[in-house]
Amino acid sequence: MQTEALEGGFADAPLEAARAFRAAMGAMARPGRIETLDGATPPAPLSPAAGALILTLCDPDTPVHLAGAHDVPAVRDWIAFHTGAPAAGAEAAEFAVGDWGALQPLDRYRIGTAEYPDRSTTLIVEMTRLETSGALLRGPGIRDSAWLSLPGVDAFRRNAALFPLGRDFFFTCGDKVAALPRSTQVEDG
Amino acid sequence: MSDYNFAYLDEQTKRMIRRAILKGLAVPGYQVPFASREMPMPYGWGTGGVQVSAAVMVPEDRFKVIDQGADDTTNAVSIRKFFERTAGVETTEETAQASVIQTRHRIPETPLNEDQILVYQVPIPEPLRFLEPRETETRKMHSLEEYGLMHVKLYEDISQHGAIATSYAYPVKVEGRYVMDPSPIPKFDNPKLSGCPAIQLFGAGREQRIYALPPYTRVASLDFEDYPFDPSKADHPCDLCGAEDSYLDEVITDDAGGRMFACSDTDYCRARREAGHAGPRATAQHEEAGA
Repeated sequence: MQTEALEGGFADAPLEAARAFRAAMGAMARPGRIETLDGATPPAPLSPAAGALILTLCDPDTPVHLAGAHDVPAVRDWIAFHTGAPAAGAEAAEFAVGDWGALQPLDRYRIGTAEYPDRSTTLIVEMTRLETSGALLRGPGIRDSAWLSLPGVDAFRRNAALFPLGRDFFFTCGDKVAALPRSTQVEDG
Repeated sequence: MSDYNFAYLDEQTKRMIRRAILKGLAVPGYQVPFASREMPMPYGWGTGGVQVSAAVMVPEDRFKVIDQGADDTTNAVSIRKFFERTAGVETTEETAQASVIQTRHRIPETPLNEDQILVYQVPIPEPLRFLEPRETETRKMHSLEEYGLMHVKLYEDISQHGAIATSYAYPVKVEGRYVMDPSPIPKFDNPKLSGCPAIQLFGAGREQRIYALPPYTRVASLDFEDYPFDPSKADHPCDLCGAEDSYLDEVITDDAGGRMFACSDTDYCRARREAGHAGPRATAQHEEAGA
């Protein structure tokens, strides 16, 4: 294990995790809103925002799936040291992290059950840009409509059609985060 | 403060609660199970609300607690002090100044804004529980969207009493999908649930459930076309501040049938009196206070 895996966590975990969660909750409660999520300096290719989400939400109870270029020893070691979260395949993962392409196909991830729709995977999608333009969003958390630069439309429309089942998404880019829960209706912007 | 982890709970517990809150926001109105902890107060004193507040709180927050609308009851004072001590947050009694408001059985009269979080203490989160005691069955009923029993209950109210007799914990339907218990708020408060700009979180400690309403969620009180929902209140102005639009408590003042009506929201009533509004018995109260 490289010593760099030991660094880059929260300096003051209780306070920084509390602030990070407020940003993450603000994003999930208001789809299309972009929040700042800093405090973590994870190894590449993990973005600071994705690193902060993992530090805030993952622990030994939550299997994490690393997709594509994110499945490298530096990232695995960093997550193992800071959170204790076990690595998992896509089917068993509670959280999955990676680029949009590497996360495909989406039907591998859990959507919950009719009686427990909360038992579904949360995907953390690493983006090269994150802007409040693009796909048109409507639904809970949005007063009239919102826009977000989603990596596609059809996949999210199919996901929303599964409601109350479905997967929930965070989108991260640098230290910015946005979210798209399954409850949001997505259309071409 | 240094004797406690920030906001009392350990980090792993907070992560577990935070994950439940995110899933609750993603499926509005659905009750997410969570591993509720023992808190240093008994069940029924808001342990669910306290755990949710602890999981969302940041040091920069300004925290308000109301119990049946009042800031100065034992329950509200003790929870406020709990977080002053364990989280070091500022507290306030003014609704507009607060960023996190924990509430037992009321929604503040002052409209909430986008930067606020309202945390409800919930005793029985399952709206179908008194109709069907088995958790396995109510869970199946929610999954199948089988809510006929609830409508039968409301219909029987009408056939027996001539009106829907449920006056608090009045069931609502969230975004046309889940029937939800809004906690024992008076039905007068039900319209404020819908389209609210603040994030609304519900915590039931003993029953181990968390559920949520994101901002601007559509929440409809169950009713019938010929018996529409009626958010009734006492037909009286507040005796202290004269407000016609607030929810009132009926207060017995002596043993000879004397009574008065006063705003249940103490902050709203105080702010109105300070702004110069006065109800029919405002002066009498001042004299009593001065005597």
